[in-house]
Amino acid sequence: MAVEGIGARALRKEDKRFITGKGQYTDDMVMPGMGFAAFVRSPHAHAKVTSIDSTAALTMPGVDAVLTGDQLVGDGIGNLICGWMIHSKDGSPMNMGGWRALEPEIVRHVGQAVAVVIADTQAQARDAADAVEVEYEELPAVVDSVAALQPGAPQLHPEAAGNLIFDWEIGDEAAVNDAFEKAAHVTRMEISNNRLVPNPMEPRAALASYNDAEEHHTLYTTSQNPHVARLVLSAFYAVAPEHKLRVIAPDVGGGFGSKIYIYPEEMVCLWASKRVGRPVKWVSDRTEAFLTDAHGRDHKSEAELALDADNKIIGFRVKTVANIGAYMSLFSSAVPTYLYATLLSGQYDIPAIHANVKTVYTNTTPVDAYRGAGRPEATYLVERMMETTAREIGLSPAEFRRKNFVRSFPHQTPVIMCYDAGDYDATLDAAMKAADYDGIAARKAEAASRGKLRGIGMSCYIEACGIAPSAAVGSLGAGVGLWESAEVRVNPVGTVEVLTGSHSHGQGHETTFAQLICERFGLDSDSVAIVHGDTDKVQFGMGTYGSRSGAVGMSAIVKALDKVEAKAKKIAAHLMEASEGDIQIEGGELKVAGTDKKLNFSEVALAAYTAHNLPEGMEPGLKEGAFYDPTNFTFPSGTYICEVEVDPETGTTEIVSFVAADDFGKVINPMIVEGQVHGGLVQGIGQALLENAAYDENGQLLTASYMDYTMPRADDVPSFNLSTHETLCPGNPLGMKGCGEAGAIGSPPAVINAITDAIGNNALTMPAAAEKVWSLYQSGSKEAAE
Amino acid sequence: MYETNYHKAGSTAEAGDLISKSDDAKILGGGQTLLPTMKQRLAAPSDLVDVTGIPELQGISESGGGVSIGAATTHSEVASSDLVKQKLPGLAALASGIGDPAVRHMGTIGGSVANNDPAADYPAALVALGASVVTNKRELGAEDFFTGLFETALDEDEIVVSVNFPGAAASAYSKYPNPASRYAMAGVFVAKSSDGSVKVAVTGAGQDGVFRMGEMETALGGNWSPDAVAGIAPAADGLLSDLHGSAAYRSNLVTVMAKRAVAAAS
Ligand SMILES: Cc1cc2nc3c(=O)[nH]c(=O)nc-3n(C[C@H](O)[C@H](O)[C@H](O)COP(=O)(O)OP(=O)(O)OC[C@H]3O[C@@H](n4cnc5c(N)ncnc54)[C@H](O)[C@@H]3O)c2cc1C
Repeated sequence: MAVEGIGARALRKEDKRFITGKGQYTDDMVMPGMGFAAFVRSPHAHAKVTSIDSTAALTMPGVDAVLTGDQLVGDGIGNLICGWMIHSKDGSPMNMGGWRALEPEIVRHVGQAVAVVIADTQAQARDAADAVEVEYEELPAVVDSVAALQPGAPQLHPEAAGNLIFDWEIGDEAAVNDAFEKAAHVTRMEISNNRLVPNPMEPRAALASYNDAEEHHTLYTTSQNPHVARLVLSAFYAVAPEHKLRVIAPDVGGGFGSKIYIYPEEMVCLWASKRVGRPVKWVSDRTEAFLTDAHGRDHKSEAELALDADNKIIGFRVKTVANIGAYMSLFSSAVPTYLYATLLSGQYDIPAIHANVKTVYTNTTPVDAYRGAGRPEATYLVERMMETTAREIGLSPAEFRRKNFVRSFPHQTPVIMCYDAGDYDATLDAAMKAADYDGIAARKAEAASRGKLRGIGMSCYIEACGIAPSAAVGSLGAGVGLWESAEVRVNPVGTVEVLTGSHSHGQGHETTFAQLICERFGLDSDSVAIVHGDTDKVQFGMGTYGSRSGAVGMSAIVKALDKVEAKAKKIAAHLMEASEGDIQIEGGELKVAGTDKKLNFSEVALAAYTAHNLPEGMEPGLKEGAFYDPTNFTFPSGTYICEVEVDPETGTTEIVSFVAADDFGKVINPMIVEGQVHGGLVQGIGQALLENAAYDENGQLLTASYMDYTMPRADDVPSFNLSTHETLCPGNPLGMKGCGEAGAIGSPPAVINAITDAIGNNALTMPAAAEKVWSLYQSGSKEAAE
Repeated sequence: MYETNYHKAGSTAEAGDLISKSDDAKILGGGQTLLPTMKQRLAAPSDLVDVTGIPELQGISESGGGVSIGAATTHSEVASSDLVKQKLPGLAALASGIGDPAVRHMGTIGGSVANNDPAADYPAALVALGASVVTNKRELGAEDFFTGLFETALDEDEIVVSVNFPGAAASAYSKYPNPASRYAMAGVFVAKSSDGSVKVAVTGAGQDGVFRMGEMETALGGNWSPDAVAGIAPAADGLLSDLHGSAAYRSNLVTVMAKRAVAAAS
C-alpha cells in the first residue's frame, strides 16, 4: 500500500465501524446495575416553582429516587457558569444570573429541569417523571431580545436589571462618526440572523458511575471536549475532584458546537450516581434536544456603511442585540463579541469600524456557539451590506468588493484581528469563472421564458479559526487557554499511537491525523492509531470547535513528531556510526545519505526500547509530547456564488448552482475537506432557506420537532462546485487555516443576495420561506405595476 | 411509549373480537401515524390489533372499470402498481409523493383514510374520484366517510377493508408540500369522469379537512384547461393558517396547484 501522506485522498479509517453499525456511542455503554434518569421539565417559559410533590412517583415500580434542586444545592453543587468574562463599555463586569442544574425556585424557559427520577428502566423513569406533581405560578414571559430591553419587560434575573447582560463596544466610535460626516454615500440596513437548533444526529447522553471504595467517578458523555468538561465539573461545579473523575467521550455523532458545553443533565447524572449509589444513564430524546441543546445565532442588528466619492469604504457602524436565552451557557458571551465583531472588517480595508453589542436574557433556550459561532452573523451582515451597497451605487457586486479588498499582509483591522495571509482576488476570480458570473443575463432571460425568476448572489467571506493564542484570549476575558496538546508514542515494534486533545465527532481525525505520521515516517496508515476522547489516556486537551483541530491540534502533533524524529535520528546515527545530520527518513527507513546503510523505522524503535545500545546518556523509549499555543488566529477566506430560480407563483426557491472557492491554507486530505464544505454549505443553506426556531409570545417553542423545524434534505441542495486555492498560513508549521465552518459561514448571504436579486426586493429575512418570498415579490411587482 | 399489548389478527372477525375484549384497543395499520403518536406519549392504547395480515385487506384489483385497493396496501404498492398507473395515474402519482420511502413502504391506504389528517394526501383523491370506503360493516361514499378534522364516520371497532375507486377519463394530483413534514400544505386532486363531469378536491388547506371546489368544477366542466381555474381561489377565512403558511398564502397555493394538476391531467 502506498503511503498516504499530506494531500492524499485517504479513505476514512473510522468509516468501517460507523457504516457497519459498530460505532460505540454513549448510549451503547452498559454498566451492571445501572438505572435510568428522566427529567421533570417545566411546561412554562417563566414561572415560580411553588411545590414539588414526589410522593406518588416514589411509589411507582422500579423507582429509586426523585431528586430536586434543593438537594442539589444542599450537596454543594455549584451553579452553571459562562467561562468568558465580558465587560460593558462602562467597565462593569457582565451581569450573570444564577443557573442551577435543577431549578428549585424560578424556571426561565420551557423544558428547564426541576427534578430527576432515577428508576430501573427508562420507561419506568419516564412514567414516574410524569407522576411528579409540580405546581407553578406563571410569570409573564419575553422571547424577543429587543422587547426584553424595553422598560416594563418581564425581568428574568435579579442580577441583570432590564435583562441586559452587557453593553459592549469595539472600535473607534469617534473615527467612525467622522467618516460618516464626510461620506459621499451611506447604506443603511436592518439585518436579523435567525435562531437555529443544532440537531446533531446523536442526541446528548450521559452515563455516570461512582466507585465508593475508590471515591472515583466515571462519566461517559457526548462531549466535544472531555477535558474541559472534567475541568468545569470539578473546578466550578464541585461535582467531583479532577483527579477522581474520568470523562470519556467515545464515538460522538456530531456536535456543531452544541456538545462543547456542560449542561444540567450530564452534571445531574454524575451527581445522582453517587447519591443513589448506582450508575445512571440518560439519553436525550429529540424533543428534549430541541428544548435544551444550546441554540445558535439570534441577532438583530442595524448597520451603516459609509463610502467616499470613489466608492471606497471609509466607515462601518453596527449595533447588535444578541439574544442569549434564559441562562449564560459556557461560551455564550464570547460568541456575539470577540467571535463576531472582530470579523466585521470582512475581506475589506476599512479604516474605521465601531460596533456596539447588547446581550440580553429572554425566556428561551440558552444560545451559544453553533457551527461558525459569531462569524456567520458577521459575514451575513457584511456581505448583505456589500451586495446592497453595490446595488445602490450601481457598481457590480464584484467590482465594488474588489475596490475594497485587503491586498497587503499582514493587515491590521480596526477590530483587533490582524490578517496574516490571503488572496481574495484569486478566490473571487475562480468563483466567478466557475459560476459563469458574467453570463447571468442570458440565463435570466431563458428562465423568464419558462416563467421563472433567476438571480445570482455572492459572498466573500473571511473567518477566524485556530482558536486561539492563549495570552490574547486571556486578556479578552477567556477563562481558559486555547492551546492543544499531543503525545506521539512509537511502540517497540514501530507502530505509532498518537494521543491528541482534539476530539473527533465527524471530522475524520483518525484519518487525517494519521496522514501526518505516514508522511513523516513513510509508514502505512494501518500502523498508526489515533487515541482521543478519554481523560485517563490523554493528559489534557482543549477539544474540537472553531475549526481548531487542524491548525492547533495538528500543530501540536507536528511539534511532538519533530521531537520523535530528532531522537530517532540520533539513535540511527549512533547505530550506523554516522553523523546525525546525514540521516534521512524515506519510505519507512532511516538512511545514511550517500551510502547504502539503512535501518528500518521499526528497528530504530526496537533499539529505543531494548536500550542495549543507545547514545551515551540517552533515556530509553521513543515517546514525546508537546503543547502548541498558536501565535495568531488563522484566516480562511473565499468566495461563494449562489444562483437561484424562484417560482413567482409560490415563492419557492430552487438553488440551481452553488460555487465555493475557498482558501483553507494547506489541505491534508482533499476528500475530507470537501466533506466538511458540503456539510457546512448545507447547514448554511438550511439557515438561509429553511431553518428557524420559532417561539410564540408565551415562550412555547413552535418548532420543537421535525414536523415543523425544517432540516435541509439532500433534494433541497444542488451538486456543489468546489475548489480550493492555497495561500499558506504563516503562523503554524503546516500552513493550515481550517475548513470546518466556512461553508456555514459563507453561504447564507450568497443565497439571500441571489433571491433578492431574483425578486427585485431587498427586504428579505432568513429563512427565505416560500410565503415570505412570494409576498415580497407580489408587493414588489404590484408597486411596479402601479 | 407506554406499555401496550400487540396482537396480529388473521380475520376481521378475530380483530373485532380482540378489540371488544380489550380495555382500550387501537387498530394498527402501517403504524406510521399511530406509533409516532405513541412514542410521544400522546396515545396510550392498552392493545394494538394489527390488521395488515388479514387476507381481505390485501391486494389491488380491477373492479367495475376502476380499481379496488385493499386497506393494508402500502403507499409504495399503490405507487408502483401497473393497474393503478394505467387506470388512475393521478392516484399512483399521489401515492409516490407521500412522505419518504420508509413511510411509503409501511404506511397503508386504510390507515391514512381512517386517520383523516387534514394534511394527508389520499382524502383528496377519494373525494375527487368519488371513491367509496368498504368496512367490515358497510360501504360509505368518501364525502360521507370524511366528517372533519381527524374525524371519520368509522365506529371504534370498525375496520376499513378496502377503498373502491371508479375509473376516470383523466386524473391528476398536485401538491405543495410543507417544507418540514412534507405533508400537503395545499394538495389539489382533479378528476374528469367518462361522462365529462369534473370534481376538484383540496387537502392540506381546509380547516375541516378535505373539501371540494365547486367553482373550479363548473369552470373546468366548460373548459378543461389550467386557465379555467387561474382566477378561482377559495376564501381565505375557511383555510388553515400556521407557521408555514397563512390562509391567504394557502388560498393562492390552491389556485396554483389546481392549475398544475389540470395541466398534468391534460
Ligand atoms: C415522516 C412521515 C411523513 C408522512 N408524510 C405524509 C404525507 O406526505 N402525506 C400523507 O398523506 N401522509 C403522510 N404520512 C402519514 C402516512 O401516510 C401514514 O402511513 C398514514 O397516515 C397512516 O397509515 P398507517 O397505515 O401507517 O396507519 P397507522 O399509523 O397504523 O394508523 C393510523 C390510524 O388509523 C387507524 N387504522 C389503521 N388501519 C386501519 C384500518 N384498516 N381500519 C380502521 N382504522 C385503521 C389506526 O387505528 C390509527 O388511528 C407521513 C408519516 C410520516 C411518519
